[in-house]
Amino acid sequence: MATFNHKHIIGLQDFSKEDLELLISTAESMREINNRLIKKVPTLRGKTIINLFYEASTRTRTSFEIAAKRLSADAVNITPSISSATKGETLSDTARNLLAMKPDIIVMRHAVSGAHNFLITKVNCAVVNAGDGAHEHPSQGLLDLLTIKDKFGKLDGLKVAIVGDVTHSRVARSDIFALTKMGSHVYLAGPPTMMPPKVENLGNVAVASSMKEAIQDADVVIMLRIQQERQGKTLMPNTREYSRYFGLNPENLKLAKPDAVVMHPGPINRGVEMSSYVADGDQSHVMKQVENGVAVRMAMLYHVSGGGETE
Amino acid sequence: MNTDVTVILDNSGIQRAITRIAHEILERNKGVAGVVLLGIKTGGAYLAKTLAAQLERIEGTQIPVGEVDITLYRDDIKEHGVNLEVGKTDIPFSLDGKKAVLVDDVLFTGRTIRAAMDAMMDHGRPDSIQLAVLIDRGHRELPIRADYVGRNVPTSLKENIKVSFDDNNQPIQVLLEK
Repeated sequence: MATFNHKHIIGLQDFSKEDLELLISTAESMREINNRLIKKVPTLRGKTIINLFYEASTRTRTSFEIAAKRLSADAVNITPSISSATKGETLSDTARNLLAMKPDIIVMRHAVSGAHNFLITKVNCAVVNAGDGAHEHPSQGLLDLLTIKDKFGKLDGLKVAIVGDVTHSRVARSDIFALTKMGSHVYLAGPPTMMPPKVENLGNVAVASSMKEAIQDADVVIMLRIQQERQGKTLMPNTREYSRYFGLNPENLKLAKPDAVVMHPGPINRGVEMSSYVADGDQSHVMKQVENGVAVRMAMLYHVSGGGETE
Repeated sequence: MNTDVTVILDNSGIQRAITRIAHEILERNKGVAGVVLLGIKTGGAYLAKTLAAQLERIEGTQIPVGEVDITLYRDDIKEHGVNLEVGKTDIPFSLDGKKAVLVDDVLFTGRTIRAAMDAMMDHGRPDSIQLAVLIDRGHRELPIRADYVGRNVPTSLKENIKVSFDDNNQPIQVLLEK
């Protein structure tokens, strides 16, 4: 019987193939709860989960909150605009104060890569990463795995193109770690200014010379969001030129396999990363990603709540 | 220490017990109208299919069969140091107004049945819930009893009852391990 032996979920880089398979399998079981009249199970009754979001988020925060509530946990949201972070409190002090309220799980999003590795040295509860800087976004990586597996029934041997600002994308990193462990072939494309040096070292990853090469015969095309808030002005001349070379439209999507799926972590900059024809088209799996997000986050909260052995 | 294993019910014994339970279900419910079977994973789910096949042979109509995984409804989840795997619950019909027969292989403390009933209530409001088990080994911790019992087997707490299944999920035999 497979068991989950991690106290925290910081990044998919830390996980084995078996860990990923277990999380996906649990998420598949959780999905049944989301499709019935009474969308609640008593599993995490009496557990307190704090959603600590230092960065703006609608989708991920709401998704984690719904996931917690469907497992009967008490979820509390703390956002920077109403918290003492704006008054200058350090993460260390915030952590100590939250700990005094005895949470069982802290779900945190933070603008600084590695903030969670610091947080786990300050608290004794489980910590789940909802996105840290340009490092990892494990729940997005897992829901992408689940969405692809739903479509193809497997992950092994699939060609997955990831297009856009790879350097600043925590989604890209989590996707790369997870997909390569599951045996997918990952092709990256993006402007040279948005491609991290030595990215090939991350695993079974190839950097394509053009977007065309990356999406040619691809089973999956993952478009990354242009992160206006995280990059300077110098990485691309303007969004129109970016769209011309790295935007997904009905024409270049024809290069991919006929049954290829199009995914995007959201929110979409329509007309930049992809045209509305693609975003709302038959091959778009964006809404399925959001739906799978709740099930995946239920699986993550369930597995860290057992107070499993430390890694 | 070697464990001492005794066969307490062989394959034909199991088949006879299931046939008798099928007739008791028909007698009690005056046929199969409104009757659905729900097996508790994993042994109970296999037995529910076997029992449904038997009912269909007698009555000539198909009986809806579902599966319940009770992991998310357990009351001892905190006591497990590591996380339990979560199986898939599959109830492809509404329970509203149905006579639901819950099927499990071994009835012991009754806690599994409590969890399964809670899970069922979240899927609708059956008219009644009845319980069918292959083996009742005693030691109840909750006020729960079975409506249909294949065999009562008094056991000590040190003993273990195991129902084994073949590759096609058909019951082979019931073992008592000391």
